[in-house]
Amino acid sequence: MTAAVARESATGEPLLKIRELDKHFGPVQALYHVDLDLPYGKVTALCGDNGAGKTVLTKCIAGIYSPDHGQIYFEGHPVHIRSARDAARLGIETVYQDLALADNLDIVQNMFLGRERTSNGLLNEDSMERSAAETLASLRVTTVRSIRQPVASLSGGQRQSVAVARAVMWNSKLVIMDEPTAALGVAQTKQVLDLIKRLRDRGLAVMVISHNLTDVFEVADRIAVLYLGRLVVQDDASALDLQKVVEYMTTGGSSRTGGARTRES
Amino acid sequence: MAHAPEKADISGVPAEQAPDLTAAPEAVAAEVPPELVAQSLREYFRAWVARIAAGESGVLPVIAAMLAITIVFTAISPNNVFLSPVNLVNLFQQSAVFMVLAMAEGFALVLGEIDLSVGFVGACGAAITVQLVQPLTTRWPWWAAILAGLLFCAVFGAIQGTLITRLRLPSFIVTLAGYLIGNGLFLWILAFGPFSGYPNLAGDSDNLKVIYNLMWGSIDPIASWVLAAAFVVGLGLWMWISDARRRNSGLVAPPASLTLLKIGLIAVVTVVVVAICNTNRAALGTFTTLAGVPWVIPIVLGVLVVWTILLQRTKYGRYVYAIGGNPEAARRAGINLPLVRTAAFALCSFTAGIGIMLYASLLGGMSNNIQGGQYVLYAVAAAVIGGTSLFGGRGKPLHGVLGGLVIGGIYNGMYLMGFSVQWEYVVTGLVLLAAVTIDSLSRRGASSGSVTRV
Repeated sequence: MTAAVARESATGEPLLKIRELDKHFGPVQALYHVDLDLPYGKVTALCGDNGAGKTVLTKCIAGIYSPDHGQIYFEGHPVHIRSARDAARLGIETVYQDLALADNLDIVQNMFLGRERTSNGLLNEDSMERSAAETLASLRVTTVRSIRQPVASLSGGQRQSVAVARAVMWNSKLVIMDEPTAALGVAQTKQVLDLIKRLRDRGLAVMVISHNLTDVFEVADRIAVLYLGRLVVQDDASALDLQKVVEYMTTGGSSRTGGARTRES
Repeated sequence: MAHAPEKADISGVPAEQAPDLTAAPEAVAAEVPPELVAQSLREYFRAWVARIAAGESGVLPVIAAMLAITIVFTAISPNNVFLSPVNLVNLFQQSAVFMVLAMAEGFALVLGEIDLSVGFVGACGAAITVQLVQPLTTRWPWWAAILAGLLFCAVFGAIQGTLITRLRLPSFIVTLAGYLIGNGLFLWILAFGPFSGYPNLAGDSDNLKVIYNLMWGSIDPIASWVLAAAFVVGLGLWMWISDARRRNSGLVAPPASLTLLKIGLIAVVTVVVVAICNTNRAALGTFTTLAGVPWVIPIVLGVLVVWTILLQRTKYGRYVYAIGGNPEAARRAGINLPLVRTAAFALCSFTAGIGIMLYASLLGGMSNNIQGGQYVLYAVAAAVIGGTSLFGGRGKPLHGVLGGLVIGGIYNGMYLMGFSVQWEYVVTGLVLLAAVTIDSLSRRGASSGSVTRV
């Protein structure tokens, strides 16, 4: 984690850089000339109204859609992410809103699902359990009663924590979280936001997609707003306020000054 | 909650964190398996009782059903013949068929699917085996005939699985078609050769005898004891060593007393079973002795052990459970869903082949009277009675074995009492209904337990 921070200060290059990304589905232009930077050790919030293109952009980064035009740079190198496997190989992990946990499996089994460790063809449960415990401890997810309890018995916040822990366990560099606090209560939301801050403190780049602007301002270092497929603003959170972000989200512009427009359109 | 501080925080992180306000303590207490959190046997039982009170009953209903069956039939059967060694061995033999078929059905049920074809696909495989060993026609060696029969089943299952996964047809319909096609093929296979549809296993040929002995052959009583001792010692050592290693390295493990209790229970059950089987069960007045553990018991045990290892200890098994629990999660984890599911249907039919082969051995041959349709229902019933969920994601091969014993007990007891077959159907149906109700209620209890499910 310290290595990642060091590299950023050395080169000044963001971890992931998107330039002029276009994506359309038939006649519908979902993304138009999107430029976005996701730096090391920063939480970038991606905001936008329904249909603004947040999900499409996420899926382009996660390898589920391939963009029509434009270029994605990862650690300064141009990359083509064609599948979720490609993304995982680069160190990009996505935590989807539905979390994709199997309720009948326990925490360890869920964290290693699809990447189980084996010895002599049999599962190496001891090794997996130890690593899972280490990861959860490093994220200070300590409220679960037993690491071997089925995910069905966890609260919403704990489930989110398990999904995040699974994402960071693989030396990932970028964690994308889709609506991490939707459907959570107050205490659980705080739990998850603290977790996001811990990821940032480890030097990871985090992208959070959220409708909840209170949460966005609570946790984000940078805020980017999509409006009808265009990225209308991307700036430090301190340079923006709730009023302005709402205005960008609903009209695509701001009547007031402040907030560097990355691209005049 | 308060008593288990060492495991509550999983790795000795400073206890700065506040208690999780969001967890619902009573729900969690009920749903966490007691062996994960208990530090002593007493705590284990307390947690266990809490779980049962909350509707998570585990194998308790099936044990209760077995006890009830034993008590009722012992009390009302003439001369308490139900508990006589002769009858108990007979019961094991009859139940073996249900057990293996239930383990077969388990593969489909854990995926959240169903396989209605097990009875007749298995019957086709068994008919092929019985036909191939006939000394008058093909004269295949027994092992080749068994392999051919099981291979047929596996291929049939793989075809069904391919249709279900690649064409996305519902398993209910595909396997219903498989049931009908299997029934037709079965009659067609039986009609071959000079046996007018009834190839049997009587005769002097060694190959016939091996198939016949699957069910009726016995291991020498002394060898039975030796093998049983080896089984208990081997399994016990393995359980003790692996639990002790986990305890010593600070991983989640049951308390030592619980491990010992489990090993003790296995030892007692094994000793009782071997003692029963080693009693002379030759009919009175004959001078031969008939004693020893029937071959079918190690065969069923072998199927149980191999499928348990496959499902609980390999990647493949883990994927089967993951797909049964949440197919979307499995897909996102990069699991090849069509491959895993197709293989599960192939394994299901393969195991069904073993089951009906045992049945053929029990009958001493094959005939077109085999109730393939009825056996499917018994297989599903046995798996569900044993604790396998009809909704996917939960169930073990052991559940099939326990459920098979219950169905076998009902079947056997009703027969002893001279009840007619219609009563047997009605009672089995009622037991199945009770099992599904328990399954459904415990599932409902579980989902209302987690307060916020995203």
